[in-house]
Amino acid sequence: MSSKRVDVAANAAAFIDKDDIHEPFHDEHLWAARMKRDAAARAVPEWEALRDLASQIKAHTLTHLDHYLELFEANATRHGAKVYWARDAAEHNQHVLDILSSRNINSVIKSKSMLQEECNMTAFLETRGITVTESDLGERIQQLDNQPPSHIVMPAIHKTAGDIAEIFAKAIGTDPNNADPQYLTEAMRQDARQRFLKAGAGMTGANFAIAETGSFVVCTNEGNADIGASVPPVHIASIGIEKLLPKVQDLGIFIRLLSRSALGTLATQYTSHFTGPRNGGELHIILTDNGRSKRLGLPDFWHSLKCIRCGACMNTCPVYRRSGGLAYGATYSGPIGIILDPTFDESKYSELPYHSTLCGSCTEVCPVKIDISDQILKWRKVMAEKKYLPISRRLAFGAAGKVFEHPGLFHGAETAASAAMKITPHFLLYNRSLNPWGRHRELPHFAKQTFREWYLQYKQPDKEPSPKEL
Amino acid sequence: MKVALFIPCYIDAIYPEAGIATHELLERFGVEVVYPLNQTCCGQPMANEGDNANSAAAEQLFVENFKGFDYIVGPAGSCVKHVRQHFDAIPQTEAVTQVRNNTWELVEFLHDVLGVSAFPWAYFRYKASLHNSCSSIRGLHIAQPSEHMGPYFNKSEKLLQMVEGLELVQLDRPDECCGFGGTFCVTDEAVSARMGLDRIHDYLRHEAEFIISPDMSCLMHQQGIARKAGMHLKFIHIAQVLNGGPF
Repeated sequence: MSSKRVDVAANAAAFIDKDDIHEPFHDEHLWAARMKRDAAARAVPEWEALRDLASQIKAHTLTHLDHYLELFEANATRHGAKVYWARDAAEHNQHVLDILSSRNINSVIKSKSMLQEECNMTAFLETRGITVTESDLGERIQQLDNQPPSHIVMPAIHKTAGDIAEIFAKAIGTDPNNADPQYLTEAMRQDARQRFLKAGAGMTGANFAIAETGSFVVCTNEGNADIGASVPPVHIASIGIEKLLPKVQDLGIFIRLLSRSALGTLATQYTSHFTGPRNGGELHIILTDNGRSKRLGLPDFWHSLKCIRCGACMNTCPVYRRSGGLAYGATYSGPIGIILDPTFDESKYSELPYHSTLCGSCTEVCPVKIDISDQILKWRKVMAEKKYLPISRRLAFGAAGKVFEHPGLFHGAETAASAAMKITPHFLLYNRSLNPWGRHRELPHFAKQTFREWYLQYKQPDKEPSPKEL
Repeated sequence: MKVALFIPCYIDAIYPEAGIATHELLERFGVEVVYPLNQTCCGQPMANEGDNANSAAAEQLFVENFKGFDYIVGPAGSCVKHVRQHFDAIPQTEAVTQVRNNTWELVEFLHDVLGVSAFPWAYFRYKASLHNSCSSIRGLHIAQPSEHMGPYFNKSEKLLQMVEGLELVQLDRPDECCGFGGTFCVTDEAVSARMGLDRIHDYLRHEAEFIISPDMSCLMHQQGIARKAGMHLKFIHIAQVLNGGPF
């Protein structure tokens, strides 16, 4: 693939510099979600034990994935669903198109599915004359604004009510000066309902797929997936192969973790189970790989497949909160995006692993205990080995490596740097392109005497440093 | 007890008073302190960039300087975390493993090894806020991370509570990253600076006069932002407070 490298730092800077509203709003709202998550987690005495269990169940399932996938297929088929396999996005989209075309369906209602985002399905269908309407409110806002979701759970969280009023005014003719959420939501409800009723097929994703029953579970707060699955005669579900759980009894653990981690609520408003088609209807399930089996084969990175897409790592990530999700230029943003995106395209997403302070909050918050922060560091090693690092940075560290290797050079460099700081004109030290440190920060002052000099003077006054030590 | 003192490169050059306080503090507790003269840097800046090729030499030199000591103590959480958890650019010989296992961050050494219960010489009559670094909290577990549901503990806070006169103020976001992140502060300047500024506003909201940390690197970044913005906050290493100076 020869796609352009995402400059996530520049995108984030643009989000911050845009105005004084969006970035603080984004940060505050997601931090509030993190706080609600803490309270919800604290109320469950066995919270940490649940995380351990969930992580172990996922590890077991992923290491026996072939078995559970075949079991799921057999049981889903037994209940009357039609199961398809898709190796990649193209095969997934083709299956969807085939199902729709053979039934002359030209209008689809869908609920949010990150897998369908990954496959760029909406654009694929629309260029083939099929109208796709998002039923999730946040996702609909994004669709009307021609933007991908910026967050796994809250797709339009980077937008203010004012932004939405503007978009709706253009798209569905609401009052551009009325940003009351109640008014906007009601207007969208009236507009969307007509589309929902006319749709020939409903599409959903799945939060979990149960091997022993061949059923799958969709969690939403708006109930929109249920409209898609129960109003049109045809239901198509796109399911990533990593969504498998062995048994129904495993589900309780994940349902308890999912919504508490995501929004700090006890459960999603709707947790719907689908087993086979409803009377007179059709159920099509597309089990999709799209890079997952490749990821499963990466010893350092396969744990990322445990992800249940709760978004807790994004809410807690101090870098994501300031950057906005769109800065990552990928389907998945935030810490989980940093470790997933390079498995889709290493070159395009080579800068993402550097967009982290490695503070480790993502690892601690993850309900399935993915070692996200460690994987970010491991991705940096991959990027460095494959020479994706910008050349200027590689040279700087080559030089630093040499200096730190030789104590004499190091002490010389300290003195030289200290002297250089004193004689360098202020405009050079604080030039934005030459020294990004100085744009928002004063430079630290070198001390008159280093610790080493103090030690030699006061603690070992008799000891003359030998040439070897200088 | 004999301890090898590990003074990270930036403390040596920019914050020697933190190193001096560490040295004096350890001696006050009857520890024999040795400072290996040929130390430079632990290799973390390169390793954090994923650049193992360039961190290997620094790591090897570190082992040469510190091998054979039962305790290696450094007043910097992120550097100690690097030695203990990520020192893998070089072959893991017995000497390397021994150095990694014996390297301690100052707070945890005082708390866990020396088991100190008082700092009778220390007075600090200010309102202050504690900034534990992310490496110290989530890497070295010197405090319970706010994300993790377990019993509360905070070793640096516990030590500071033994200092007479010191009033610790609590923050809205107690262990939010300040945005330093090593080279991140330069390569991701906009986000880094915003995070630092938000952190500083949290201190100001709670009327802290001093910010105390076991990690001077976080403070270097925050101090730079506060100075640039003309905010009057003072940043100081925890060793200086526990030792009663030098200030």
